[in-house]
Order: sequence, then C-alpha cells, then structure tokens
Amino acid sequence: MKKFLSIALALVMSLSLLTACGSKNQTPAETPAETPVEESTPVKIGFIFLHDENSTYDLNFMNGAKEAIAAMGLSDDQYVMRTNIPEGQECYDAACELVDAGCNIVFADSFGHEDYMIQAAKEFPEVQFCHATGTKAHTEGLSNYHNAFASIYEGRFLAGVAAGMKLNEMIEAGQFSADEAKMGYVGAFTYAEVISGYTSFYLGAKSVCPTVTMDVTFTGSWYDETAEKEGANKLISNGCKLISQHADSMGAPTACETAGVPDVSYNGSTISACPNTFIVSSRINWAPYFQFIMECVAEGKEIPADWTGTIETGSVVLTDVNEAVAAEGTVAKMDEVKAGLQNGSIKVFDATTFTVGGEALSSYMADVDTDAAYTPDTEAIVDGAFHESEMRSAPYFDLQIDGINLLDTSF
Amino acid sequence: MHNKTPLFHIAKRKELPWYGAWAIRAIAVLLALVVCAIVTTALTGENPVEIYKTIWKGAFGTPRKIWILCQNLAILLCISLAVTPAFRMRFWNIGAEGQVLIGGLATAACMILFGDKVPNAVLIVMMIIASCVAGAIWAGIPAIFKAKWNTNETLFTLMMNYVATQLVAFFVIVWEVPKGAGKIGIINQSTEAGWLPQIGSYKYLLNIIVVAVITIFMYFYLSRSKHGYEIAVVGESERTARYVGIKVGRVIVRTMLLSGAICGIAGLLLVGGTDHTITTTIAGGRGFTAVMVSWLAKFNPFTMVFTSFLLVFLDRGASEISTNFGLNHAFGDILTGIILFFIIGSEFFISYELKFRKSAKKEG
Repeated sequence: MKKFLSIALALVMSLSLLTACGSKNQTPAETPAETPVEESTPVKIGFIFLHDENSTYDLNFMNGAKEAIAAMGLSDDQYVMRTNIPEGQECYDAACELVDAGCNIVFADSFGHEDYMIQAAKEFPEVQFCHATGTKAHTEGLSNYHNAFASIYEGRFLAGVAAGMKLNEMIEAGQFSADEAKMGYVGAFTYAEVISGYTSFYLGAKSVCPTVTMDVTFTGSWYDETAEKEGANKLISNGCKLISQHADSMGAPTACETAGVPDVSYNGSTISACPNTFIVSSRINWAPYFQFIMECVAEGKEIPADWTGTIETGSVVLTDVNEAVAAEGTVAKMDEVKAGLQNGSIKVFDATTFTVGGEALSSYMADVDTDAAYTPDTEAIVDGAFHESEMRSAPYFDLQIDGINLLDTSF
Repeated sequence: MHNKTPLFHIAKRKELPWYGAWAIRAIAVLLALVVCAIVTTALTGENPVEIYKTIWKGAFGTPRKIWILCQNLAILLCISLAVTPAFRMRFWNIGAEGQVLIGGLATAACMILFGDKVPNAVLIVMMIIASCVAGAIWAGIPAIFKAKWNTNETLFTLMMNYVATQLVAFFVIVWEVPKGAGKIGIINQSTEAGWLPQIGSYKYLLNIIVVAVITIFMYFYLSRSKHGYEIAVVGESERTARYVGIKVGRVIVRTMLLSGAICGIAGLLLVGGTDHTITTTIAGGRGFTAVMVSWLAKFNPFTMVFTSFLLVFLDRGASEISTNFGLNHAFGDILTGIILFFIIGSEFFISYELKFRKSAKKEG
C-alpha cells in the first residue's frame, strides 16, 4: 500500500511540474480593441448555438460570428460562444449566464430558442437579445428583443437556376427526356421557412427548365444525418435527377456523392466531401448582421425588431460554382439573374410564374403574426408578387404550388 | 519453483470500516484526475489544472450557476429516487425516461387544453394528478405483466420508452406553433397559466424543495416502513417472500406504481416548473443516468444526493470547458467517462482485495 501511495504521489507531483511548465504564457491582449467609433460603449457579445461545428447550420453562424468579431476588432474577452444548447430551459439559463458574464448582446441561432430568449429579454431590459429565424419580435413589443433573417429565397432561386441549367445539360446529353426532369428535395419540417426555401429553389430551376417537377420529403428533424441520407436515397431511387436539401447535416450531400447524383447544397460549400456532385450552395452570411448589431450597441442606436439581410447587404451569398459539375455558362446566367433580382426586373415569387391548384393567385392571406390557431392575418400578394420577408424577417410563404409533389407531410 | 503461485489473486474482503471504503474512493478520484490530466495534456495541450479550475467554475462560478446545478441535481435525483424502490426488489425498471416523458406530456396536455378554462390553482392540481397517474400507468403496465405472466420487465420497460417518445412526437405536431415548425414553444407564455409558482425570486427553489421532501420520504419509506421491508424481502428472494405470506405480485405492482408516479412528478417539475414546453428530448437521457446514480449509491437515497451531484457537476463542468477552451463538448464527456470508470472500479476494490505472492508466502 505504501509503495502504491508513493508511486501515486510521485505521479501527481511530476504531473503538476509538467503542467506548470506546459502552461501557456498568458500574455494579456496586446493591442486594445480597435474601436470603429470613438467613445462608444464597449461591446461584449454572447452567442448561443444549438449544435457545434459538426452541424453545417451552426458552423455557418460560427463562421459569420468570427468574421464579424475580426472586423470589429474584438478581443478574446469581448465574446463568448456557447455550443450544444438545447431548445429548452437550458437556452434561458445560457442567456442569463451570458448576461452575468457581462454580455450586452446575446444572440441565439435556433428557431426553438426564441421563447426562452424572450423570457430572458423580459428579465434583462438593458441587454439586447437577438434571435435568428424567429417570428415573434414584431408582435412581442419588447424593445430589446429582435429577430433577423435574410432573403435567402433569392439565394435559393439563384441556386435553382444553376440546378435548372444542369438539368438542361443532362437533357441535351440525352440522359433523360425533358418530361423526366425531376428534382428531389430533402426538407426538415413542413414549416414556412422550408416551404419558402424549396419553392424558390424550384421556381429558379423552372425559370430555365420549364418542364421540371420536384419531389419533396421531410425528415422531421433539423439535424438527422441518417434520415437525411435515407431521404435523399429514396428520392434518387424514385427517379430524381438532382437533389437539394434544407436540413443541417451532411446526409443528403454524401448520399448524392455515393450515388453520383448532382447536388445543390445549403449552408455552405460541401465540395471537399462531394467533389464530383456538388454544384453550388446558397447560404446566409451572418457577419453583416452581427456587425450591424454590435455597431448599434456600440453607438447606442436601436436595433430594429426585424432585420432582413439581402444580396445588397452581403447577407445572401452563393459559394463558388463547381465548374467540374455545373453546366456550361452557369456562372454567367446566375450573374444575369442576380442583376435582375437586384434591379427588381425579376421577382422570385412572381404570381404569374406559379399556380396553386391550377389557378393563378391574386390574393393570399399569410400567417405573419404567430398564434396557436395559425390565423391568416396579412395580405402578402401585392402588385402581382408574393412579398416574402417584408412583413417580418422570417419567411411566411407556405403555399403548395403546382409542380411540387410532397411525398410525406406528417412533419 | 514447481509450485508456481500467481503474482496475485483476488479475495473477498472482510467488511471494511467506513473510512477505509472512503479512502479507496478518494484514491480512485485522485487517480482519475491524474489520468484525466494526462489525457488532457496529450490530446489538447491545455493545462489540466486550468481545466479543473474551469470545471469548478462552471459548476459554482456564480450564484446562478449554483442554482442551475441544484436544479439539474434535483431533477436527476428525483428520477433516481423513482427507480430505486423497483431496483431494491430486483425489478429492473429502465423505463424511467418514458415515465418522465409521459408525465410531462400529461402536464403539457393540461396546460394547453385547460390553460384558459379553469382557475390556475385547479389547473395545477389537475397537472399534479395527471402527471402522477400517467407515470404510474406507464410503469404499472409492465408491472402487471410481470406479476401476472412473469414477462421480462427490462425489455418491457425499455420498449415503453419508445412508445412514450413517439406519443410525445405525435402531440408535438398536434400542438406545434407555428404550423410545421415541429416545436410547441413555451406554453402559455403570456398568461403563465399552469406554471408552477415561483418562490420569491428563486426560479428553481420549488423543484429543489419538492425533491428534498421526496428524498426524505423515500429514505423512510424504504428503511422504516412495512412496504419498504416487503420490497427488500421480495428483492432478496421471491420464495422467502411468498413463504412469509407476502403477496409478491401485489408488491411488484404497488412499487412500480409508486416508481412511475415519482417519475411523473419529475415530468411535472420539468414541464410545469422550468421548461414550460414538451419535447421528445426533455428527459435528456436522465432516465438512464438515474440507473447509474441509484446503483452507485447502493440504493441509499441520501447517498444518491452525492452521486447525482457528482454527475451533474461533471456535466456542468464539461459544458464550461467547451465554452472556455473551444473544445468540443465531447471532450468533457471523455473526462466524465474516465472519472466514472475509476469510481465504479473503486467499488470492486472495496469489496475485494488483491493478495500479492509475497504476502501469500508470508502467510503460508
């Protein structure tokens, strides 16, 4: 026993020595943070992420956060990132802990965080709470609670153009007839955000390939690698020639790479894992929003209840096109459409480009103000187009248009 | 030379004095920390002492962190207390996860369906009854099958978890807001109908008090009551129990109803007391962690306070590590795994000892 103890003691001692030597030289931040505006309030921002960097969705937020932090010249003690925070009381706790740690902005990235952020916002009126994808800021009436999103339907539309070009190329190459041009889409839930996304993607493809149809399947989870992979495989075996997805794992892109079916990705480039099938990906760049809210707090300005990033603000971006897979002339065509979207000559949800139940729509009441009964409350079709993300930042387009076939709607 | 004795052999110890057992446990924790330090330095290059400090800070750094720690401890302890009477009678109830979920679902159903129809006090009484009954039914079904037809309770209770999860998933879609979102969100956020009352400015105090009362109740129930004695006898030997005239089937069903009802209360505390929503992951695996808590504490309710504290402490620390060092949460789980390995291993050395050859020779 004695011998054993002495060995243990020796181990402990040698280790503590080791660690003493190994401890990093902790020099304090050398240069004080460059403040963009003089005499401004020092910013400390806390981020709450649903998952960690293994989720493409959260990784996209983290990259945006790092970019904004670098642009603002924040030092290490001016930001905190909390990962793997579930959509429950843990989110409220995390938000309050960030306030305790001195944050004057708290940001959360997942839809289910919203109610808990509101709880925290009520408790700390002097701290700004910002939430991506939420729907309640414009009706909640809290001056320190804000929603943000981006007109990602424009990005999806552009990605859809690339998909349509690819289908055209495959039709011309004689791989299948124009009538067989069917795309597949793996969505998470039958939620407006997803519906708006796949519809804009489909309309983008249809704008260059008029005969295209699309099958959509849902996984019932924002992050379920197996279900997303299975979903993509099911679509491929059902005859879909091209796949896109709106769920956060690598499930669908890797299924496409295995099957050799082209994929239009989301949240960022998947080219490193899928070099033979990746065409292009749209994503929201969150850096402009993060920079905006930090500047607002620094300068004591108010943050709007809803903020919708656009192509102009640099919030809606597309990755580089993978020339090895994309059809010829894709980049040029996308640039042309992008210019059209920017000058207003092209509208994504132009009511003349789609029908619902065989009929063109001239009026549609959308459920913009969230309530348990899903009451339609706001006219969304104005001047012949559905106005998405204008009445609030989060999408509310939830029409089931012709040409898109929903395989399962249980979620 | 011909008579080769092995280097060491394992022998059962005589009863160790309490300080001996605790000394072994302390050495195990120390060794675990040393191994964790080696792993940390080797894998991440971080200073392990800093990591330990961070774990401590993550659990006790601010008053709020201490409250959260106590709240998490209370819920885990509540579920562990719930499974304990069943374990004492060798009924392997691993369905606590499902029993908590179904209790939570019943609570949420009351809050959603009656939130604006009945006075708050009535609503809360309804929630308490509904959650206990739902949990008791969920635990009672496998118990009745066990008592009547001697079915395998381990598989049965396990399967009931999946049924409960799917039921919750179904109702989440029925009650989701907004449409298609797959989330219920906070129930009655504006009216706070059915929210369990908050004591002063302490959000989690009520939960903690409720669980403290259950802990004391469970201690006396198990060690001082006739029921507790019957449970112990059934656990020792069903035949003996029958011989002395205990109705084994009745004891099994009665105990499981109690087990389930307490799980239901855990669901009530989660849904009505803190989260105010229901999701399929609200129990968060605690129904299974509770099995470990209960075993580690050798089914003693007061020891369970310490074992559940240990697990919650490590978990809170792990989350702080991932925030401060930019390490993945999984790294914290690795450390937790190492520490648990040593602690569970130390129980072996409390019951058994290694006898080395030299000492054997002396004795011979």
